[in-house]
Amino acid sequence: MPELIMDYFRPGSLPHMWCPGCGTGIVLQSFLRTVQRMGLSRDEVVVVGGIGCSARAVSYIDFNTVHTTHGRALAFATGIKLARPDLLVFVLMGDGDASAIGGNHLIHAARRNMDLNVLVINNSVYGMTGGQCSPLTPAGSKTATSPYGSMERQLNLTGLAEAAGATFVARSTAYHSRLTSDLIEQGIANKGFSFIEVISQCPTGFGRKNKMADPAAMLQWQKQSALPAEKFIDLPPGDAKGKFPIGVLYKNQAPDFMEMYLGMSSRAGCDNDNRGKGNE
Amino acid sequence: MARVVPMARLMQGNEAVAEAAVSAGVMFYAGYPITPSTEIAEHMAKRLPPLGGIFIQMEDEISSIAAVIGASLGGMKAITATSGPGFSLMQENIGYAVMAEVPCVIVNVMRLGPSTGMPTAPGQGDVMQARWGTHGDHPVIALCPSSVTEAHDLTVKAVNLAEKFRTPVILLLDEVVAHLRERIVIPSRENMEIVERKKIPEENGSFLPYRPEAGGVPAIPDIGRGFRFNVTGLVHDQRGIPSNDPGVAADLISRLLGKVNNNAGEIYTSDGYMLEDAEIVVVAYGSVARSARRAVKEARAEGIPAGMWRPVSLWPFPAGEIRELSRRVRCIIVAEMNAGQLAGEVERHAGGCPVVSLGKVSGELISPLEIFRRIKEVFS
Repeated sequence: MPELIMDYFRPGSLPHMWCPGCGTGIVLQSFLRTVQRMGLSRDEVVVVGGIGCSARAVSYIDFNTVHTTHGRALAFATGIKLARPDLLVFVLMGDGDASAIGGNHLIHAARRNMDLNVLVINNSVYGMTGGQCSPLTPAGSKTATSPYGSMERQLNLTGLAEAAGATFVARSTAYHSRLTSDLIEQGIANKGFSFIEVISQCPTGFGRKNKMADPAAMLQWQKQSALPAEKFIDLPPGDAKGKFPIGVLYKNQAPDFMEMYLGMSSRAGCDNDNRGKGNE
Repeated sequence: MARVVPMARLMQGNEAVAEAAVSAGVMFYAGYPITPSTEIAEHMAKRLPPLGGIFIQMEDEISSIAAVIGASLGGMKAITATSGPGFSLMQENIGYAVMAEVPCVIVNVMRLGPSTGMPTAPGQGDVMQARWGTHGDHPVIALCPSSVTEAHDLTVKAVNLAEKFRTPVILLLDEVVAHLRERIVIPSRENMEIVERKKIPEENGSFLPYRPEAGGVPAIPDIGRGFRFNVTGLVHDQRGIPSNDPGVAADLISRLLGKVNNNAGEIYTSDGYMLEDAEIVVVAYGSVARSARRAVKEARAEGIPAGMWRPVSLWPFPAGEIRELSRRVRCIIVAEMNAGQLAGEVERHAGGCPVVSLGKVSGELISPLEIFRRIKEVFS
């Protein structure tokens, strides 16, 4: 990790603002390891974040970074990608950011198969505001706004991404950090909308209220509850309770938005070889 | 080479906005259909793809302005168009563009509000929303045309001002001007002043993206050009890194306000009609100014020394001109299709000169006769 910090953190950006035991740093490490392993040029990488604990990572790391408004990271990223299709665009969001306020943008960025690499760090709560329940808070959990236990059903966000048209859908956890790195690499290889949910821990906002104050215990829970997708499928009904699949959940081939756009604009008479180089 | 002679055309206000945007170099449009602005989107959908530009219909107005800001950060001149309800939805991200200093143009075709109101009826009820719609203290540039030709010219100017001052610029049309079809002669592109964003030549390690240059405007590079910096809506230092330092906050907000207010002389635009010896002045803007002009003519025919003053830049408001007028006229009548939004602003600068508000909130254009009657009433 020290060399990753030296290479990829902006000078003077530490100390960070995350609580002790937070999973965001682990997920960020997985991301940076992928960047390093693949030898990606920092100048060609854009990281767009929404608002929340996980999205705050963007101001620490030395890429082209855009810290946007709450829920809207995907819409900003859409504009950036369309203006600069040559850049590799990552979108970093938390569960509240991506599934509640930004849910509509998630559906439509996936539907368009926009060539974006989305990483949702799901820590089950709104961490930045002190641990309120989100659409991904497990039913029954106690949070600052569900002191008697959340009575709402949890959203299946990877299922939503798949249904909306994402062409690569995967899940990992903070514990499975190597898997996270591999999935990010596979997501980059997919030309289209790549969606990865990483289940993470918030001991401060979630664990303490749900008899799991110890971050290590939360990581243990991730380890024990996660099953590789291919094994999860074979579980007898009943045994799946309390478990969730990790790895690649869904893959499909479909032209991304820009490919479709170039086809349309050619039909409209655009000389795409000289695209965007001049006006009338 | 044959010289291209500009031809007179019959054109709708919304169409003129779209044509002007293309002439000004706008190659990105993101929007969501809403009456009475939709023709702008439809026209851009037709015009941009053959030119290699991007048109995208987004899922709502929030994402439309977000995509516009993203594209502008990527180096494209970008525009969106909407109407009242959509303009309300855009407000948070307009503030983001102010804070992150991202050039963009928002066209708001005003219809009667509040809420869904009367979608096909004209209004001018968004004058104060344009000024104060997003939270916090922020600069605003808002321009208001009263003819199709002016809709064209002010669109070019809006794009230019956005690029020059690196701030969102709002073009406030009302439904009448947007749907009006009239004669327009579009100047050739060589005869238009087009402002291009300052290009930063090469990578420089010590470069500070948010360090102000002359006039308080920083030369922020487009992203992906070798400068790796942070863009944020948080209070940030000159590197773009978030800061909780009260001094950094005060400096930033003051500079953002100052870069528009201290350069307001370049932005102020107004128009006068028979003001030299006027004793009664009608202040009007947008389509209402056309009625006001007629009313002044009728009043003059009856020997009443009336005149008209029309602010074209509503924000920043050319207050100095009102101060000057108020010292030499007997009364100011502010005619507008709202309950007196600009009348309050005029009153603030009019000293002791009486200001009469002639507001209308019925979704109808104020007629010349209504203004004429008020001039007569005030005069006698």
